[in-house]
Amino acid sequence: MTECRITGIISQRPGVLDFSYPASSVPLVSPFSSYEKINVEEFFASRIKPSIARTLKQSIERVHIKAKWVQRSKNEEYLAEQRSLSGSSQSPRSSSAHPFLSVSVTDPVKLGNGVQAYISYRVITKTNFPEYQGPEKIVIRRYSDFVWLCDRIFEKYKGVFIPPLPEKSTVEKFRFSAEFIEMRRQALDIFVNRIASHSELQQSEDLRTFLQADEETMERARSQEIGIFKKKPSDLMQIFKDVQSKVSDVVLGKEKPVEESNLQYEKLKHYIFELEDHLAEAQKHAFRLVKRHKELGQSLSDFGKAVKLLGACEGNSLGKAFSELGTKSEMLSIKLQNEAHNLLMNFEEPLKDYVRAVQSIKATMAERANAFRQQCELAKTIKLKEINLGKLILSRSDKVGEAEFEYNELKAESEEATKRFETIVRLMSEEIVRFQEQKTSDMGLAFHEFAKGQGQLANEIADAWRSLLPKLEACCSA
Amino acid sequence: MMGSQNHGFEESHLYPSREIMENLVLDDHSNGNSFSNNRFAISSLSETRHPLSPPIDEDNDPLLPPSPYRDLRNPNLAENPFLQPSSYADVILSPFEEDNGDANGLGSPIQDSGESGILSRTASSSSKYLKISVSNTQKEQEISNSIVPGGNTYVSYLITTRINMPEFGGSEFKVRRRFKDVVTLSDRLSESYRGFFIPPRPDKNVMESQVMQKQEFVEQRRVALEKYLCRLVAHPVINKSEELKVFLQVQGKLPRQLFRESACVVAPPHEVVQPAKGGRNLLRIFKELKQSVANDWGGSNPPLVEEDSEFLEKKVKLQDLEQQLSNASQQAESLVKAQEHIGETMGVLGLAFIKLSKFETEGAMDNSQRIRGADMKRVATAAVKASRFYRESNAQTVKNLDTLHEYLGLMLAIHSAFSARSSALLTVQTLLSELSSLHSRAEKLGAASTIFGGDKSRIRKIEELKETIRAAENAKSCAVREYEQIKENNKTELERLHKERRDDFLSMLKGFVINQVGFAEKIANVWAKVAEETSGYTKENS
Repeated sequence: MTECRITGIISQRPGVLDFSYPASSVPLVSPFSSYEKINVEEFFASRIKPSIARTLKQSIERVHIKAKWVQRSKNEEYLAEQRSLSGSSQSPRSSSAHPFLSVSVTDPVKLGNGVQAYISYRVITKTNFPEYQGPEKIVIRRYSDFVWLCDRIFEKYKGVFIPPLPEKSTVEKFRFSAEFIEMRRQALDIFVNRIASHSELQQSEDLRTFLQADEETMERARSQEIGIFKKKPSDLMQIFKDVQSKVSDVVLGKEKPVEESNLQYEKLKHYIFELEDHLAEAQKHAFRLVKRHKELGQSLSDFGKAVKLLGACEGNSLGKAFSELGTKSEMLSIKLQNEAHNLLMNFEEPLKDYVRAVQSIKATMAERANAFRQQCELAKTIKLKEINLGKLILSRSDKVGEAEFEYNELKAESEEATKRFETIVRLMSEEIVRFQEQKTSDMGLAFHEFAKGQGQLANEIADAWRSLLPKLEACCSA
Repeated sequence: MMGSQNHGFEESHLYPSREIMENLVLDDHSNGNSFSNNRFAISSLSETRHPLSPPIDEDNDPLLPPSPYRDLRNPNLAENPFLQPSSYADVILSPFEEDNGDANGLGSPIQDSGESGILSRTASSSSKYLKISVSNTQKEQEISNSIVPGGNTYVSYLITTRINMPEFGGSEFKVRRRFKDVVTLSDRLSESYRGFFIPPRPDKNVMESQVMQKQEFVEQRRVALEKYLCRLVAHPVINKSEELKVFLQVQGKLPRQLFRESACVVAPPHEVVQPAKGGRNLLRIFKELKQSVANDWGGSNPPLVEEDSEFLEKKVKLQDLEQQLSNASQQAESLVKAQEHIGETMGVLGLAFIKLSKFETEGAMDNSQRIRGADMKRVATAAVKASRFYRESNAQTVKNLDTLHEYLGLMLAIHSAFSARSSALLTVQTLLSELSSLHSRAEKLGAASTIFGGDKSRIRKIEELKETIRAAENAKSCAVREYEQIKENNKTELERLHKERRDDFLSMLKGFVINQVGFAEKIANVWAKVAEETSGYTKENS
């Protein structure tokens, strides 16, 4: 079964995806993306061989997915058109409109089956940026696409604190639990929006690819990643630590690790490292608190049932009193489960996000250390080369030309390395300020939600029990 | 004994940071309580007491649900006292009050535990005993002629009894007793009060001498003894017993004989008044065993059967009740545990945030950090406060739901009362069968003598047989009387149980609910404040 590929666009500039072509001129989706073409299923129904069965199944699945997706996109586009028609007569590219780029990650759907099952998300982009294809775009993405985007940005924007991604799930069992999916969706939404609202990052070409490319392009881009750009922040952390270890000293031929002697930066490093520990502890307890809420909910439910049974032993008004108490207890159990969920999403997750953000800063710090090291190395090498060159010139060797050429090349490299390092330093100082402000408001909101939720829960508990008192009263006087 | 006495001790292991939390200086002026002391301030009960409430002994346990509850018994009250306090938060007291220098090493907050539920009834009825406390455990040396050099050591307990009625001479008694004495008391009571629901005594311990060394065990036993004595004293029939009076008032040691001497001089009770099993009369044991086998396996009906259908019905209901009580008591325990956990975790979370807040404010590099640090501190303070409230609330809940455990203990008493009934019945049945066989033998002999004529040996046999029959008749009437008495006892006890159970359970439910409401309100207040202080952040966020 053949599918039409966008070979035209790609082959012109290898390695670069170019989306400057207007949308209508080239079919960006394969012809097998509408429901009329489902007759391929029938065609193959009688022609299945075990060797191609699996491939066939997957391919047919993808036809379905694409058909659905195209259908949805068409609906959305139509709606978008309607809205913009009924709205202002300004074109979205008018310069008087305030520039915005907002993204939402929605509608998690489980696709595939067995070990290869995964969740796909609908990513809706709304923007008036001129670089983008249109006011609105919808694509289907999965977690590994987000990881790709994160890695690309990390590579290209050194010095910026890259917004953190939610972790991969290590336990198979919870990969598809409703709670986990919702938490991940929320985190991914926040992730993309942070990139979209960052003045530097929002210009990223990779972001545009992520938000607009069709599925196949995305898939291809993703698979190209392996090997070239696959350095995760954790790998860089290892490098960061290596800088302090003796092994790298031996390799680099130095006694001590070369580090910046910037006092303020030192202070910042210590702050970040310690902060991570404190935050991790707080987050751990927050998570435990969620669990305790669930436990208490369960206990209340069991207690309620037991009390009701006990009431059945007694008769008349006392029995009724017991039964009412039991019912209230069971009702409160549900409230507790709700609060547990609320705590998880609106208090524990932000804390976890904070931890991830600090870890991302550490990765950036590693990059800075790297850049600094490179700069120093190059500086040293240049000095040596200079001395060497001088010697060669004096001895009127015929290697002078070569040496000079190398020297100049090295000089250019060194300048670049210095520029890179200085960019990182500059970006970081801006980022830190932004980080502190962002975190204050993030945590402020999280605290507010926490207090609100707990207060509400306590009030609900008080109300529920209070409502029993008049009835207990009546029992007493009866 | 049921698990109620364990609750106090779990507390001490739960909160490693309790001292840290108590030493935190928290600014809180809302309730007029200052949390900066190691002891919690007790909001004054006197303010909320209704003028019509009955005069309360100044020693009265402030841990009891406060006066509005008591006022309910007073029919003169027109208005509903529950609605008076605008917030139960003001009415609920903090229970952490140190008691009168008792040697209670663990500082458990649940000291006067014997006074749950039971006291409220005895205070309103005019019981002669007002308060019993067990304290001041001491190790003592037994001056015995034991082979083991050094003699045996045992633990003695100081039992203080306060009596309401002046005509009994002296309002307070202090005696020293050891556990053996308690066992003796318990045995005597079971003998004298068959058919009554006698509260079961604390368990013996197999490895007495070894276990005695542990302070924890001694403390547990002390608490259990206190509860036991309080229950005895609360029983309307048993608290009039001589045995109990002697136990509580007579100074000096109590050898076994002492009980019998001071008891009223009556004819030594007939053997049949006691069940066969505990006794020495092997013949009687064998006979009753034979009878019970005949009852169960024999084809013929036993001479006397349990006829009271009402009784049987109640018995079945009680069995059901026991099951549900056991279940409920279990769930109550896990509920308390879950509440403990949540309070604990909340406290630890608060501490973690306090550390964080200190870290942020001390090393603050810019203003937003300082603001964040301040926000964290607010939340942390609230969390620690909430955690304390959880703990206090839980201590009360334990007491409230203790009624469930109490009644489970009572089930044991009921079992033994019912088994006294059935063993008395068995005795009667045995005697009846015996009598009937004796009579038939007498008939045979009588018939034989009329046929064969008088014979010295036969006449002697007949005479002997008549004697035996007379004795047996005597025993039978005694046994029947005993059986009837036990049935009566059962009946009165069942009625009492029914009435008291209703009262006790209602007060348990009310206490539980009031407690929960009060503390929930307090916790809600704490969080409302923080929510308001941080409300600015919601407007900022889109």
